[in-house]
Amino acid sequence: MKEIDTKFLEDSFKKYYFEHSELIRVPERTSEREFGYQKFNYSGMTRHISIKDDKELHLMCMQNTPSDVYCSNAYYSFPNLAMNEKDWKEADLIFDIDAKDLNLSCRENHTVSICNECNEISKNSEKCIKCNSTKLEKKSLPCKNCIDSSKTEVTKLSEILINDLQIDKENIYVYFSGNEGFHVYVYNSQFQQIGSRERSELVDYIMFNGAIPETFGMKKFKPNRASFPDFDENGWRGRFSKQVFGTKSKRSKIISELLTNGYSSFQKTLDDVSEKIGAKIDPNVTMDIHRIFRLPGSINSKSGLTKIYCKDLTKFDPYVEASFLDDDSVEILANCPIEFRLKNKKFGPYINEKVSVPRFAAVYMICKKLATLA
Amino acid sequence: MLALGQDEIAKYPFLADAGQYLKDQGFSLEQFGVDPDLKQLVDKAFERIKVAADGKIYKSDLIEDQASNQAALPREVFSFLLAIVLLKLSGMHTLIKRFALAEARRAEKYLERDLANISDESKKQLAIKIIDDLFSVKVEKLDDYFVIPVSDYLKHSINFHEREWKLINRHVENGQVFLSPHETVRLIRKELGTYINSKIINAKTPTMIPGFEDSVNKLLLLSKKFKTFTVTTGEYPPCIKHAIDILEKGENLPHSGRFMLATFLLSKGQSVQQIAPLFKNAPDYNPRVTIYQLNHLAGASGSGTQYSCPSCEKLKTQSLCFATSECDNIINPLQFGKKKQ
Repeated sequence: MKEIDTKFLEDSFKKYYFEHSELIRVPERTSEREFGYQKFNYSGMTRHISIKDDKELHLMCMQNTPSDVYCSNAYYSFPNLAMNEKDWKEADLIFDIDAKDLNLSCRENHTVSICNECNEISKNSEKCIKCNSTKLEKKSLPCKNCIDSSKTEVTKLSEILINDLQIDKENIYVYFSGNEGFHVYVYNSQFQQIGSRERSELVDYIMFNGAIPETFGMKKFKPNRASFPDFDENGWRGRFSKQVFGTKSKRSKIISELLTNGYSSFQKTLDDVSEKIGAKIDPNVTMDIHRIFRLPGSINSKSGLTKIYCKDLTKFDPYVEASFLDDDSVEILANCPIEFRLKNKKFGPYINEKVSVPRFAAVYMICKKLATLA
Repeated sequence: MLALGQDEIAKYPFLADAGQYLKDQGFSLEQFGVDPDLKQLVDKAFERIKVAADGKIYKSDLIEDQASNQAALPREVFSFLLAIVLLKLSGMHTLIKRFALAEARRAEKYLERDLANISDESKKQLAIKIIDDLFSVKVEKLDDYFVIPVSDYLKHSINFHEREWKLINRHVENGQVFLSPHETVRLIRKELGTYINSKIINAKTPTMIPGFEDSVNKLLLLSKKFKTFTVTTGEYPPCIKHAIDILEKGENLPHSGRFMLATFLLSKGQSVQQIAPLFKNAPDYNPRVTIYQLNHLAGASGSGTQYSCPSCEKLKTQSLCFATSECDNIINPLQFGKKKQ
């Protein structure tokens, strides 16, 4: 990124941290957490930081002009020491749901490829249309469908957490990630102290991975109708029947079909069903018990939007509620072939043109590498 | 410590404080070496170890949880305690491991029966308490099932590689996993074996007791039988040593671990016939299947692909890496030891 653009983003972020300090707060049990941040144009991460209170956090944001700010989901005795000396105590359960992992058909309409060699921007292609390079960076401007589909996954996840794993609804916190999805936190659950391998098993449960036919009533030898799940069963057997049988009246007929098709065909049904009813979370995030995760209230440098708490997920619109930068007019050279909306205003498409846009839109496009300061 | 009745100590003798038990019964170890009546019990103890060494479970005098007569109960406990004394005197770790495993299996049977006991509530409660005290698994009875918190279940189930133990294949409701008595006990098998093993390892080794020499010598002879491993001599990397160790203990090595071990040894030039015996202690050992799978890895059957040993990176994610400073930043176990020359 050009120095002038970096400077502009740093100034804009700094202004946000100054004017919206009420949005960026230390989490509970602050002294047991590890904090960290990244700066523009540096690939490394500064971490193993311990912070006392909101004031210290704000100071860190003002002094270092970070591009991104992180905080551990884990609790340590000594968060500022090296990893093996921290003395891990427990960690909140965290989940990451990202629109780019949902195989959505809308994606190709709003994804562009930026050539790392010549900076040429083209609509989602395999190689650069100008220099044929294959080193392309994909940037997406997520649409309403991306956000709605991510919300559906959050709802699926919450249902499993509440119904199967007895998590209190009050202990589930959903945040817009600042870019293309949602982060879900679970506090005070029975899972606080479980390790990475246990969390990986929990992930498989939530994603409906590794199910065997026997669990859903299909035995290898002498299968019988009686062991198939019912509509009103709890957990996966219940969700499975709703998905596979559709209605109660079709149950009997479909069981007959399943029995005729046999065991290995049933395994395939399970794999197909997994794609539909499993909650699509990023397994690596949930398995990681030493992660530093984007801090709520901080700006996501992939978009300039804020990672913000969703009070009402159904109504939540990130392009209205997560954009906090001001509307000072900024002149940019934009090469953004995709139209987008921010704060209820429509922008683009811009094809290599000089335009004046409000700061929040300028930051959004520069973060996406689809514009530079004019 | 649990307050145990006489018949319960006979079922779960590893819960007893050995020294205290002998004292309470009014005996000293030395008496067992000289008194001819008591000396029989030393022979019984030897038998108990021998049966375990053969991979079988010691058939006790207990019939249906109850001793056939009152004298059988202390005999049962003595033979266990004396077996530990003999094992300590012999110092043979292979025998200790086998003994611990066999005793765990034996206790498993009683635990399962006690859990399922509907006529005697106190028996069930004791089994539940043992599981909670020793393995921190909170079991509750709910209708025909035993339910345990999902988090407790996961801590143990991750040691299994069969898919039926995956949480997705379990009845989960309200943050609890529903299990049968058999499954409840099966879940802690490994830990039960480890518990008994560590109890024996941590017990004090007495000085030789006159009259015990014969039995100890017989044990030393017996242990030679299990020293037939020809492949553990060379300088193997810690991951491979660990895998061999697990198999030697008769514990379960996950599929990924077996894959690593087999491909490593094949690459080192060993033949399928040389490698196969390594797996004979595995809980699910089947010679025919083992040979078939080894041949497959060697490229002698199937697609003809010769499988290579996984990288250190891969082994790390599979929790099979036990790197030491000797590994010296190698990226594949096959490189181990080469760089130093």
